Amino acid sequence: MPELLDHTPSGVSSRLSPEARFARWAGGLGAATALAIAVFLSWNLLGSLSFALTLRGTRLGAIVLCAVAISVSTLAFQTVTANRILTPSIMGMDALYSLLQTVMVFSLGATAWITTPEPARFVVELALMVGFSLLLYRWMFTSKPGALHLMLLVGIVLATLFRGVTALLGKLLEPSEYTQLQDLSFASFNRVDPTLLAVAALIIAVAVFLLWRLRHSLDVMALGRDTAVSLGVDHRRVTTAVLALSAVLVGTSTALVGPITFFGLLVVSLAYQLVPGAGHGRLVIISALLGTLVLVAGQFVVEQLAGNSTTLSVVVEFAGGIVFILLLLKGALK
Amino acid sequence: MITIENVSQSYDAEVVVDRVSASIGPGLTSIIGPNGAGKSTLLGLIARLQPLQSGRVTVGGLDVTTTASKQLARTLAILRQENQVSLRLRVRELVTFGRFPHTGGHPTAHDRELVEAALERLDLASLADRYLDQLSGGQRQRAFIAMVLAQDTDYVLLDEPLNNLDMKHSVAMMQLMRTLVDEDGKTVVVVMHDINFASSYSDSLLALKRGALVAHGGPEEIMDTEVLESVYDMRIPIHEVDGKRLGLYFGSPQAARQA
Repeated sequence: MPELLDHTPSGVSSRLSPEARFARWAGGLGAATALAIAVFLSWNLLGSLSFALTLRGTRLGAIVLCAVAISVSTLAFQTVTANRILTPSIMGMDALYSLLQTVMVFSLGATAWITTPEPARFVVELALMVGFSLLLYRWMFTSKPGALHLMLLVGIVLATLFRGVTALLGKLLEPSEYTQLQDLSFASFNRVDPTLLAVAALIIAVAVFLLWRLRHSLDVMALGRDTAVSLGVDHRRVTTAVLALSAVLVGTSTALVGPITFFGLLVVSLAYQLVPGAGHGRLVIISALLGTLVLVAGQFVVEQLAGNSTTLSVVVEFAGGIVFILLLLKGALK
Repeated sequence: MITIENVSQSYDAEVVVDRVSASIGPGLTSIIGPNGAGKSTLLGLIARLQPLQSGRVTVGGLDVTTTASKQLARTLAILRQENQVSLRLRVRELVTFGRFPHTGGHPTAHDRELVEAALERLDLASLADRYLDQLSGGQRQRAFIAMVLAQDTDYVLLDEPLNNLDMKHSVAMMQLMRTLVDEDGKTVVVVMHDINFASSYSDSLLALKRGALVAHGGPEEIMDTEVLESVYDMRIPIHEVDGKRLGLYFGSPQAARQA
């Protein structure tokens, strides 16, 4: 699918070796992320220090987990599906989450669903998201030519269907319930349960570790399916593993905080631009750092500068879009 | 030795490879035939790029369906025509991937020597630090062949290796194929369009038409007007020049009319 394969830039300055470029960006992003975290934790602290820090620490933990989960899963997902545009988010994960919330509020009532114990909600959400992804990815393995395109089409059509049903059910709701539903349908780090955070941390750590171990195989997969098979990579096994792991990563982070996959495309595209010529090992590190920086900074803006009057996705997409356009205008992106 | 036993492949009721049985090797074998004859498909099936629908293929005694992919990758290397790379790679990095089946991504000093030797062999030493997207089509083609050489397998399968190459590099490529066979003792199978290139350098030719094997033999056998007509549906007069049998398939409007 050459039209989907975004080819690497041709004119990026090659003065720096990829190793030096990586060291520079990893260092810079690491420092910036550490600074952002320090500011996030310490800005405008009032009252009991330990109480405030525990609250913020929980939020920070959730942010870092989701940032790493989404960045790494988007990177690996794009490699095994051989494209640079598609992300799990376009495939309907966010839309499915919103639909689930709407159906639950519609059938149980907002109060009943919101007061359902956190672990129960988490399990229902996680099972549904992972189950849906695995079902969708089955289309990848019909072993017919064009299976990937079929899967994309099914994913995008389903996402549209989900949004349609969500909108319809939303219109049938009481205005007060609809308002509560709106709160549920946006990503929020404010309602994270510390126990769930630990569970999610464990799941995400295991999944990211397994993807990290596949990094060399992913480099080979980036050479195209035929070359990868010729070099002895079990293409089908790696594809299955990556799709399943990214379903778990995206499902876990969405169940934890809500639909948050939107910034995956932004972060991974930037990572490719910052360290051209890097393999997946380096790309994983750069995109995880970028993802964390973007989310911590975005959440800081939402909480401290905008007074919680806007949502994280609005801030991240607005700022990210501007960065992208600036880079395009500067000619750094090709 | 590559053995192909009764291999058939069809897509949506269209038969692409039709009950082919053959033994290939040792030496250099060219697969020839008109467009759509199933040449590339057969090559892909030998190299387990597609699962076999029916029949059996063994390469160096290894059954390609049941042998682990990683083990096959140390015996058999294949290069397809289209090679899209979604990472930004330098030539040396690409060639280093040829060592992946042996190293799993951690090349040793010995592997690096083999990579340098492969670069040298394809005249790429001066381009080793260039990015693939800065190369011409022919240079990129050579970079991929260097990767295949670095893989250092007994069996090498190439799908139209002369694509994108000018005359000088085409001849150099075929001479390289010959040294792989004559000096390194490899078995090389190539898909070729130019019958004269094929017959001048190959030990044997395997002709396919509409998926079926129509002729298999040495150049003196296949380079025959009758045999070639059964493959290509056109009359190709054969001329002997300096002991080589050449088909003069161009510049002959009569030949085209007769067909």
